[in-house]
Amino acid sequence: MPFDPPSLDYHALAPEIILTLVLSLVLVLDLFLDHSRKWLLSNVAGFGLIAAMIPILSLALSGDDARSMVGGAYVVDNFALVLKALFLGVGYVVLLMSTNYVEEGDYYEGEFYFLLLCSLLGMVVMSSSRDLITIFVALETLSIPAYMLAGWRKRDLKSNEAALKYYLLGVLASAVMLYGMSLIYGFTGTTLLTEIGAQLQGSAAEAPLVTMAILFVIVGFAFKVSAVPFHAWAPDTYEGAPTPVTAFLSVASKTGGFVALLQLVFVGFFGRDDVWGPLFGILAALTMTVGNLIALRQTNIVRMLAYSSIAQAGYILVPLAVAGSNGGAAAQTAMTAAIVYLLVYAAMNLGAFAIVIAVARKTRSGEISSYGGLYEYAPGLAVLMTIFLFSLAGIPPLAGMWAKIFVFRAVLDAGTSWAVLLGVVAAVNSVIALFYYASIAREMWMSPVPDGDKTPIRVPPALVTALAITVAVVVGIGVYPQAFARFGDLASLIP
Amino acid sequence: MLTAAIFLPIVGAALLALIPRNNESALKAAALLITAATTVITVALLVGFDFDDSGALQYETNSSWINVINSRYHIALDGISLPLLVLSAVITLLCVIYSWDHFPEPHNPKAFLILMLVLETGMNGTFAAQDLILFFVFFELVLLPMYFMIGVWGGPNRQYAAIKFFLYTLFGSALMILSFLALFFKGGQTFDIPELIQSASSISHGTQLLIFGGLFMGFAIKVPMFPFHTWLPDAHTEAPTVGSVILAAILLKLGTYGFIRIAIPILPEAAKSWAPWIGLLAVIGIIYGALGCLAQRDMKRLIAFSSVAHMGFVMLGIATLTDFGINAAVFGMVAHGLITGMLFFIAGSIQERFGTRELSRLGGLLLQAPRLGWILGFCVFASLGLPGLAGFWGEFPAILSAYQPAEGLNEATFRVYMAVAAIGTVFAAGYLLWMLQRVAFGTVKAEFEKSHIHDVHLPEYLAWTPLLVGILLFGIFPHLLFDITDAAVGVVTSGIDTAGGVAAGR
Repeated sequence: MPFDPPSLDYHALAPEIILTLVLSLVLVLDLFLDHSRKWLLSNVAGFGLIAAMIPILSLALSGDDARSMVGGAYVVDNFALVLKALFLGVGYVVLLMSTNYVEEGDYYEGEFYFLLLCSLLGMVVMSSSRDLITIFVALETLSIPAYMLAGWRKRDLKSNEAALKYYLLGVLASAVMLYGMSLIYGFTGTTLLTEIGAQLQGSAAEAPLVTMAILFVIVGFAFKVSAVPFHAWAPDTYEGAPTPVTAFLSVASKTGGFVALLQLVFVGFFGRDDVWGPLFGILAALTMTVGNLIALRQTNIVRMLAYSSIAQAGYILVPLAVAGSNGGAAAQTAMTAAIVYLLVYAAMNLGAFAIVIAVARKTRSGEISSYGGLYEYAPGLAVLMTIFLFSLAGIPPLAGMWAKIFVFRAVLDAGTSWAVLLGVVAAVNSVIALFYYASIAREMWMSPVPDGDKTPIRVPPALVTALAITVAVVVGIGVYPQAFARFGDLASLIP
Repeated sequence: MLTAAIFLPIVGAALLALIPRNNESALKAAALLITAATTVITVALLVGFDFDDSGALQYETNSSWINVINSRYHIALDGISLPLLVLSAVITLLCVIYSWDHFPEPHNPKAFLILMLVLETGMNGTFAAQDLILFFVFFELVLLPMYFMIGVWGGPNRQYAAIKFFLYTLFGSALMILSFLALFFKGGQTFDIPELIQSASSISHGTQLLIFGGLFMGFAIKVPMFPFHTWLPDAHTEAPTVGSVILAAILLKLGTYGFIRIAIPILPEAAKSWAPWIGLLAVIGIIYGALGCLAQRDMKRLIAFSSVAHMGFVMLGIATLTDFGINAAVFGMVAHGLITGMLFFIAGSIQERFGTRELSRLGGLLLQAPRLGWILGFCVFASLGLPGLAGFWGEFPAILSAYQPAEGLNEATFRVYMAVAAIGTVFAAGYLLWMLQRVAFGTVKAEFEKSHIHDVHLPEYLAWTPLLVGILLFGIFPHLLFDITDAAVGVVTSGIDTAGGVAAGR
């Protein structure tokens, strides 16, 4: 049989193609630039990301419905476009956050940007994957560069530990997931999510092994999004990795995992909510509660943010848990809730990490106590950090509150008593979370400066831009949520 | 125009943020101008209000806001919200005047005034909102500024008090937002309060009870009712004077207002089932607050516990679910705002002059600062409910209304509540007079004999006169307020009568 090349829609693939070209360019340029001019690389990468945004905009404005390729394995629809834009935006902010960090730390600049772009490419591909194999390839493309980035500070033992833990557990998760995927393929005879969905509602649904296969796949991704009890790697990895990489892992990599889960749940496994509904419910309740309770006891801000990001993942799992109840009555609101939460979470968490980087430039410390009296010598940073923290806690009029309201809305739309119970757990957890977010605010505003050194912090322009972008999103959405909620509606993956 | 009354303060806060930190006089002048302008707007609203039709919503604005969740920017005023809105604007203005030249440590007037303006937007917005989500946003908006006000400018134990205040209220509001969303899904996919009043009656009784429970937690913590009151004495004691005044005069009213505006009209049947328990907690609060007062050694803490008792009277009035009781409750809210606000002002001034609020160390205020002493006496008498002053018209009708609660409620139970509440007034006279005696009468304690104590000075006169006039005015002419509120209260309780009919028909 002769090889029949699939017909490709180059417009739809333009973002991926641009990203690939830019990351190759970064790698080549790195070879020929001498050390004093390496700063060019971050600019090239940044412009590359902006350039990749252009086809996404043109695709969104073209008004076409889903563009499907390779027999439905690769789909560019509104869902994919919104998330691709999110990933590129997150990538751009992380780039801004790392520019000075990488330059001043004397790290391998060219390779850093190359790996960052590689990982982003994996995420952008993930948003369009509607096929088990494509999902797996995208997952590995986004994970493998991330393992290396986590160990970027080669001579630092903690960074080595971070990379190793992340790598070993990541590979274990991949193996579990692959096993589940192979079982699913065995039962359904297809890797396409839509066909799997049809088969699972039909004859294949009876087999008990299918239940196990679904569990395996979801557990594999539960590692990726660091849901309790599969979260053990996260705090150590986050603490040991360079801070911009931590921001990247806790936002982009986690979102990548959630995107895969959304596609699996809403397209592939939708008929089997009897399996994943309770599983997500338990994961969500555990993740929120354990993440928050451990975060209460942290004294290092990066570790605290690590546990807080575990807890935040719990809130995003809540709509997934209720998506299938009542025959999928709440599917639309659950989908909206998950995507809105992902978008808001990205902005507020990146913002908080940008402040951590800015403050560490002066204090060289990640201890929460080193934030004492920040308001006295860096009022701007203190105000911004307060905004990000209280947005994470869900206090109005900031974006985080709307994210939480959307989650609660999904829960009550489902309306089952289990769903409402989960909502109450989430509500109680948001009160617990406030305590540790407020404790940082307390340090900044109400405590004296620990060493009495009140010289102001010089924040480099790249970081200022990163902060401006994130705070604009957090406050903008908080005050005018309508502008933003449209995205959530656009992302209609549900058939 | 109503929109301007809500958002002018927060726009002003943004402007203040642009003025440099060390240009203090410009900051104060700007804040004064903004709060004065807001007050003028609210007074204009008051003048333009159609008093013959005070039960209807006036100055209505209803435009689209968040279509995805069908939440609208719907604001309006009726006879219940109007007096509270004016009170809120006036109190904030007076607080700016009062703090003119004594900002509490660590000084920083810029941040302090900005927080005060943000608070005002939250308070005004809550009283005007006619959409549940909008209400929630404004209701929560007050948390953050108050947290920082207590935590940064408060007393020695400020950090504990601030976080306790924050956590308690947030817990309540988390359950409250769940209830709001439940109302949305069960009550016809709308957050609009007037629409929900029409459509929520279709919700099954069991669900109504649960939703009311969630709302109850949210509002009762804010009021605060016994046993959720424990954040209040700490917050009041540690807060700076102005923070205490705003907390007592306005913030507590957000809770009781929530009952009158949302919980009772939307879920009248559930309100009936809950009313005896609310009444029980209210009278426990009256007695407990009074006994708590007798055990205090700190003047501010004593006033804080007296707030628990006074809010108990307000809640008792609400629990009767009658026109009479809820009118009394609204009056009680305004009166408590004026009187307790004044008492906290005085406590702050005493603290400033003597450096202490310990009742055992104070004494002979009438000898050293006679005017301050007399003003304290006036407020104490107003607070204990002396006829002819505003406090009487909040307390006495509330007690009286418990004699004849709404149809379907157990009369015997409420008559017992009435008797207990009446005993509570005796306690109130006891602890308030005890405080007055300790602070104002007697001889000056040895440690302060040599110190020079200022009598009332100009900013204090300016800030206090309107409140004192208000206490006297509403005391002599209570119908000024009852006339405004009555028709609106009739709308609130209109659901109760039909609900009673339904219950009787079963």
